[in-house]
Amino acid sequence: MTPPQSLPLLAIDDLHVTFSTRRGLVEAVRGVSFSVAAGETLGVVGESGSGKSVTAFAVTRLLDASGRVSQGRIRFAGEDITKASSKQLRRLHGAAISMIFQNPRGALNPIRTVGQQIADAIMAHEPISSAEGRARALELLKAVLIREPEKRLDAYPHELSGGMCQRVMIAMAIACAPKLLIADEPTTGLDVTTQKTVMDLLSKITAERGMAMILITHDLGLASRYCQRVCVMEQGKVVEEAQPLALFSAPQHPYTKRLVAASPTATSTIADLAPEALAPSAVSHSPHPEEAAPAAVSKDGLVVSEPPGASFEPKPAASPQDEGSGKTKPAPGTPLLLEVQNLVKRYDRGVVAVNDVSFAIRAGESLGLVGESGSGKSTISRLVCRLIDASEGEILFDGQAIGTLPARDFHRSPLRKDIQIVFQDPTDSLNPRFNAFDCIAHPLRRLLNMKDGAALTARVSECAERAGLPSSLLERFPHQLSGGQKARVGIARAIACRPRLLILDEPTAALDVSVQAVILQLLDRLRREDDLALLFVSHDLNVVRMMCERTVVMQNGQIVEQGESLALFAAPQTEYARTLLEAVLHLGGPTAR
Amino acid sequence: MTSSTLRHTVWILRGNPVTAVAAAGAFILCVLAVIGPWIVPFDPIASDVANALQPPSAKYWAGTDQLGRDVFSRLIVAARLDLAIAASAVSLSFVLGAVVGALCGYTGGRLDRYVGRFVDVLMAFPLFVLAMAMVAALGNRVENIVIATAIINLPFYIRFARAEVNVRRNAGWVEAARASGDSHVSVVLRFLLPNVLPAMAVQVSLNLGWAILNAAGLSFIGLGVSAPTPEWGIMVAEGARFISTGKWWLVAFPGLALMLTVLCFNLLGDGLRDILDPRMRT
Amino acid sequence: MSQLSTTAKRAGWRFASSLPALFGVLVFTFLLMRVLPGDPAVFFASGPSAGKEEIEMIRKQMGLDKPVPEQLLRYLGDIGSGNLGRSLTTGQPVLADLKSRLPASLELTFSALLIALLTAIPLGVAAALRQGSWVDHLVRFICALGVCVPTFVSGLLLIYAFYYLLGLAPDPTGRVDIFTSLPPRATGFLLIDFALAGDWEGWRAAAAQLVLPAMTMALFVVAPLARITRAAMLASLGSDFVRTARSLGLPPRKVIVTYALRNALLPVLTIAGIVFSTMLGANVLVEKVFSWPGVASYALDALLSSDYAPVQGFVLLMASIFVVVNLTVDVLYGIADPRVSVE
Repeated sequence: MTPPQSLPLLAIDDLHVTFSTRRGLVEAVRGVSFSVAAGETLGVVGESGSGKSVTAFAVTRLLDASGRVSQGRIRFAGEDITKASSKQLRRLHGAAISMIFQNPRGALNPIRTVGQQIADAIMAHEPISSAEGRARALELLKAVLIREPEKRLDAYPHELSGGMCQRVMIAMAIACAPKLLIADEPTTGLDVTTQKTVMDLLSKITAERGMAMILITHDLGLASRYCQRVCVMEQGKVVEEAQPLALFSAPQHPYTKRLVAASPTATSTIADLAPEALAPSAVSHSPHPEEAAPAAVSKDGLVVSEPPGASFEPKPAASPQDEGSGKTKPAPGTPLLLEVQNLVKRYDRGVVAVNDVSFAIRAGESLGLVGESGSGKSTISRLVCRLIDASEGEILFDGQAIGTLPARDFHRSPLRKDIQIVFQDPTDSLNPRFNAFDCIAHPLRRLLNMKDGAALTARVSECAERAGLPSSLLERFPHQLSGGQKARVGIARAIACRPRLLILDEPTAALDVSVQAVILQLLDRLRREDDLALLFVSHDLNVVRMMCERTVVMQNGQIVEQGESLALFAAPQTEYARTLLEAVLHLGGPTAR
Repeated sequence: MTSSTLRHTVWILRGNPVTAVAAAGAFILCVLAVIGPWIVPFDPIASDVANALQPPSAKYWAGTDQLGRDVFSRLIVAARLDLAIAASAVSLSFVLGAVVGALCGYTGGRLDRYVGRFVDVLMAFPLFVLAMAMVAALGNRVENIVIATAIINLPFYIRFARAEVNVRRNAGWVEAARASGDSHVSVVLRFLLPNVLPAMAVQVSLNLGWAILNAAGLSFIGLGVSAPTPEWGIMVAEGARFISTGKWWLVAFPGLALMLTVLCFNLLGDGLRDILDPRMRT
Repeated sequence: MSQLSTTAKRAGWRFASSLPALFGVLVFTFLLMRVLPGDPAVFFASGPSAGKEEIEMIRKQMGLDKPVPEQLLRYLGDIGSGNLGRSLTTGQPVLADLKSRLPASLELTFSALLIALLTAIPLGVAAALRQGSWVDHLVRFICALGVCVPTFVSGLLLIYAFYYLLGLAPDPTGRVDIFTSLPPRATGFLLIDFALAGDWEGWRAAAAQLVLPAMTMALFVVAPLARITRAAMLASLGSDFVRTARSLGLPPRKVIVTYALRNALLPVLTIAGIVFSTMLGANVLVEKVFSWPGVASYALDALLSSDYAPVQGFVLLMASIFVVVNLTVDVLYGIADPRVSVE
């Protein structure tokens, strides 16, 4: 036996993982090597499809039946576990290596109490009575700082919040004192404030118990704050490995550079997000993404920015955005475009989604609406878009009360074309039976009564090009497009009728950070070109700070604070806004804050 | 356009041999239903007591019944009636169910809850008993078998259309259509129904088999079609009297005909579902 | 404790919401009587030769001269007091007939359900555990075939095989052969009554008679049950919480039984309720094939001889049974799944 001290706790050497799919073998991990020392926290960062989660599941040998380790070695405490029998693995699982998953609620058995599940985890490795198991479970619940642990012991997962479920998951993972904890996107889907408390808890526990942790995440900010070392993965390979400070201040690999640039920081501007927007790897796009191996498809698969659009409308010269602020401030005298007064939305059973909300947007202005889930921000976007009716309050557009016409009949209103919306999930927002052309042409046909013909075709390709969608893709159906391309179709559709107010409901929440960067730039450019007013709904404070001159902070259906973005972000006036801001992660390593 | 669709279908069927066989079987059945009476070797109604209860032979492929009628000829001729009953019943409930279901699924709210509850209740009710009672009430005729079968199928279609529309009701593309100037009615007709219909068509195929079994069951117990008419359910009922004395062919062949027909439509439906939505594969 | 009370509340709510359906069935059966060809009074007359006056008198007696809503009220009142009319064929009150024949039907249905569940669940689980193996293919084949064979055909073929060819089964008519004397009636369920009387020979004879019809009916519902078990088991085996259980090193037995199977049984329970009511319908066919003296064959005979009071009573009985079954499923589901109170 070699003394374990001299060895890393986990050493991955040239790992390859292949999946057998209908289209043959697909290699999701292509030669990954890294190691983790005992007690160390390693971040593995990458966008979707980078193979980061597959690597984690390969380490714990929990891959789907269709996936297998085809090459390479995984040594845990010196032993190669790629060859371990299922019996040996069972002894490792939980006791030596354990995992924490994304979507904590789904990761718990819905019909078994939390206490029983924690006890199950202990009893899998230690021969103890169920009474002892219960006592140990209680201790663990206390350790993960759950309030009223005695009561929670007999609770079912659905009775707990997402953050509490994740704490329970952590309790189960640490129950048998494993040496290594693998956390796979442990905070994705949780609100920012919850995200912070969960991560703080995780790092406290691993530090106290001397556990090593692999934190798998798409969020550079998260990795930079909580990890001692970070690996960046792209298309199944590790492209760069360094300490967070070094990595983010001086990235070496082009991909890392792009990723770091695209990640919003406390001071970044829209223009900063993709300085190398024309980087060669981003321009190439596969003509048939569905036929190419996933690894070969570039993230967005698209021409990233400007060139084609430049030929349409010359940029207004010497406007403020050229100074890199990314913002235009409408002159103080600009009339109000949208005015929302004392808006209330009640649902059945007395749920009040929006409670007495008032705000206004000037023509050409961009207003950000931020809040955690359940704050009512999405309801407001639908109210303003006149897709649903308010229970009380008024909506004035251009001085006209538009709330008087019921949402059911609003499609007949002449203002219908002036208020358009871009939805959160690009996949969900396109009719699966329409190709990209029809998606974009639909509002033109309905609202401008355009008939099929050269004019319509020209208008559609113009919109597509302005949204950065090559006209060669117009014949494609949604399932043949990448996420970023679908987002562009959605944007092209929304700007087709040249609206005056564009509502953006979390337009980039479902996109990878590098795609988000180009989409944000696109939106910002369109806004300047068309003098569009934006209502930008988002949970991401960094993005709102960059995109909007003014920001409204919401909580539980009410406005907590509103004001100029710069002032609000620099010195929030309310406790809630401060908590929200503090929870935001910025790049720059553990020492940044 | 059509030729490429055809080529695509052929390509898909090649990858799903079972579905291809089922589709071929269903096609043959339909052809038999149309031309059956002209190609059968014997008159399906004429009795020939001298040759009663003959086991299957080279002359009588499926034997003869107690009146000396050729079972094989009767089987072929019966296909038309059995398929016609099932098809008309299913199309009736399909049209009604799609409209009512889509309406409920899209509007949601109270109407939807009531209809949903009613449909759930109806589905859990012994439907065969309901059909029996309806045929008894409306009169013992073939049209009423169709109506009864349609009514007991209706809840499935309502529920299916309702569920399919309901999950899409709040989809981004539905809201986007409304932001693009579509009214609710136009959203349902131009957006939701086209998206739902393929899945419902699959349901039709799966349901056809069930409808055939139901109709045959009703005539087996003596409702609907009456005696000399060749129909699979009745043929089994008539043969039942002779099973204890070993005259198996009177039951086995009509039974086999029923089974193969239902199997064809079920496999076809399963295959279509797999082709349309591989995620639903179980 | 709170779970029990929410379950009770839910069951109460479900019961209340199935009352309109039950009422609908009542009205339906009432209309059944009105719509039916012929004058109901004629059926209740002493004979085909009954004079006009007699019929007129019966009409008055039955209230057929009153307006329809009043007739409906009277009818509901009659049902409330247990008066379902009289059967022309047996000459007995319908309620008494149904009472004496119901145990036969229930005995058949319950044994069939038991056989079906005991076959289908292991089959479905085995198929899901070895997805893609020959076991899986076999189970899927059985499922595909099972739903295609009409009950009345499989029943007759079973008779041919086990009675005519092999001689293993007794003469397929009725609940006991003519040589066995019936036990004293306690529950009406022969297997239970024979056991209570300690008459094991009689018990064997009754069981032998029961096997074929019960198998016939079970064959019919094994396929949907196995199919749903397999699908539910696959879903829960692929779920996140089973992956969690594996990642914590829980023993395979615990993962499969406590984590996967228990969750998979929830949809099976729901389907079992629907299957049960399908079986009530299939009773009509099976009882006819095996000359089983249950309520369904009673109603069928009555129907074919235009004797409508028993049909009406039968439909009502089925409706009530179905309400009870639904309630039972709801209560069981409420106990099995802590989440139901949330909806």
